[in-house]
Amino acid sequence: MSDAIADRPQNGVLTRVSDTLWRKPRLTILLLLAPPALWLGIIYLGSLFALLAQSFFAIDEFSGMIVYEFTLKTYGELFTPANFDIIIRTVVMAAAVTVAAAIISFPIAYYAARYAKGKWKAIFYLGVMLPLWSSYLVKVYSWKLILAKEGILNWLFETLHLSWLLEAYLSIPVIGGNSLSVSWTGTFLVFLYVWLPFMVLPIQASLERVPTSMLEASGDLGAQPSQSFRYVLLPLALPGVIAGSIFTFSLTLGDYIIPQIVGSSRRFIGQAVYAYQGTAGNIPLAAAFAVVPILIMGLYLWVAKRKGAFDAL
Amino acid sequence: MTSAVRFTGASRHFGSVRAVDEVDIDIAEGEFFAMLGPSGSGKTTCLRLIAGFEQPTSGDISIFGQSAQGVPPYRRQVNTVFQDYALFPHLNVLDNVAYGLMIAGMPKAERHRAAEEALELVALPGYGKRKPSELSGGQRQRVALARALVNKPKVLLLDEPLGALDLKLREQMQEELKVLQRKLGITFVFVTHDQGEALSMADRVAVFNEGKIVQVGKPEDIYYRPEVPFVADFVGSSNVLPPARTEQRIGKRCPAARRPEAVKIGAVGTVGSEGHAAVVRATSFIGAATRVSVTMDGTAMIALVPKGQALPAIGDQVHLSWDADDLHLMEPGA
Repeated sequence: MSDAIADRPQNGVLTRVSDTLWRKPRLTILLLLAPPALWLGIIYLGSLFALLAQSFFAIDEFSGMIVYEFTLKTYGELFTPANFDIIIRTVVMAAAVTVAAAIISFPIAYYAARYAKGKWKAIFYLGVMLPLWSSYLVKVYSWKLILAKEGILNWLFETLHLSWLLEAYLSIPVIGGNSLSVSWTGTFLVFLYVWLPFMVLPIQASLERVPTSMLEASGDLGAQPSQSFRYVLLPLALPGVIAGSIFTFSLTLGDYIIPQIVGSSRRFIGQAVYAYQGTAGNIPLAAAFAVVPILIMGLYLWVAKRKGAFDAL
Repeated sequence: MTSAVRFTGASRHFGSVRAVDEVDIDIAEGEFFAMLGPSGSGKTTCLRLIAGFEQPTSGDISIFGQSAQGVPPYRRQVNTVFQDYALFPHLNVLDNVAYGLMIAGMPKAERHRAAEEALELVALPGYGKRKPSELSGGQRQRVALARALVNKPKVLLLDEPLGALDLKLREQMQEELKVLQRKLGITFVFVTHDQGEALSMADRVAVFNEGKIVQVGKPEDIYYRPEVPFVADFVGSSNVLPPARTEQRIGKRCPAARRPEAVKIGAVGTVGSEGHAAVVRATSFIGAATRVSVTMDGTAMIALVPKGQALPAIGDQVHLSWDADDLHLMEPGA
């Protein structure tokens, strides 16, 4: 009688499967992990390493054929002035986009985490996510129209009699150009727009975890709001800022569509990879270019960790 | 005597909610002052008004004679021990304690020495290198205390600081806090919902209810001479007789209170004619005595039966009695 409950008849295959899984937790974990591990191992990392392996080969300059012998010659080519310019240009653009995104995102995220409640929080999420729901190409082309010489931005400057200001800005070398849509400022603006949600959301998540009493305690101990920001809020939100910057930085490093549609004709890493891989058929050099963002991100995370960016995790 | 904190008709309303309503308090320098009340009674809001996290809707608050109107928290010589301690998770214990001094611009070596001394004061020497997450609840509480005290505040505010500790640790900390307060001579303003804590630690207690102070006084006064039924009931669950019943029994129309320990219980017929008939509803063992809940003429009452005395069973008819001295009469209007 005492084990009447355990004796309850076990009917059905599903019940028996659940019972077996419950008794063997290791088997459960193995079954849960196997498919994603296979996906990650073979398809994800496998293709990445296949690409990386390519970078240690070189192309024969006369025949245009890939020579399957280990060499660092391809990596050497990255340091030719033309290629090195591409790397520097891309890294500077990615850094600028990341810094600007962090500066713009922080107040938005702070408002959402601290003050927005109920309906306003829903509006915040909608506002941040909405741009992500429409096609990326549509957004980029819309920006081209906005920034074009006949575009709304130009019209606005004209209406406000501020065309001279825009002209003066566009005449600045490097960041200027014939119009905003063919300048690096345009590229920068579109990058900033497209990647902004990826910065806002992680910062908001990290700020959400900072209790109000933490800031009150800082003020109570004599810190002015600016000091509380520097010594308490920013360090506690830093993991979120770093997470966001990983997105904005790496996405900018790898993108090849935005600079192709909006910007000057000078290339970014993504365009270089695209060109070498496709039209030029120089897969080793394309692979070597693709390694650059990976190395930069690795270095960036290592420095961030060393500086204690993840201490608050 | 200088007043450390003075509320003059201070109110704090949140929309239609009167969290703090026309409160007058005068807290003397060097006093251990407790604010006691149920949750939502306005005691914590009062503390936040002193700290500067809230501004009064009307009325004034002055700290050492100076109006605190429009003075932000970071310019008040007042420090707070928060209910959740609010230790900075990214800083180690020493830097947490030294935070206020760092903000004040004290050089690193000097402020670390002061922080180390403060940690010794709260019996945590050598814990400086640890992170708050590596400490127990009681240790965090001490760090929060050290972090506030290191700034030598004129008034120390404590917001239910012992609420999260287990009973033994809480009793130990109560004693330590009292000793510390005597030693430092700093004005302590202590918020709690635990009447035992307030009575055992404070020089004076203010009892809050619905945003108002209902009684201020020495712990003995609050306990033995409650002025209103709320105080009698909240502080140690006194048995409050409604005015009509008091009139029936002693001919005076006012609410009256008896402490549970003053109510004697006897089997039917054993007590004289002044005994009051009652029915036992429940009994619960609380260590040195047993708590007996009875109903007398429809009024719920509690009696404490000391160890060794015969216990009535649930449902028994009993007689209650008390000395006339133990019947405390309150203001008729209250």
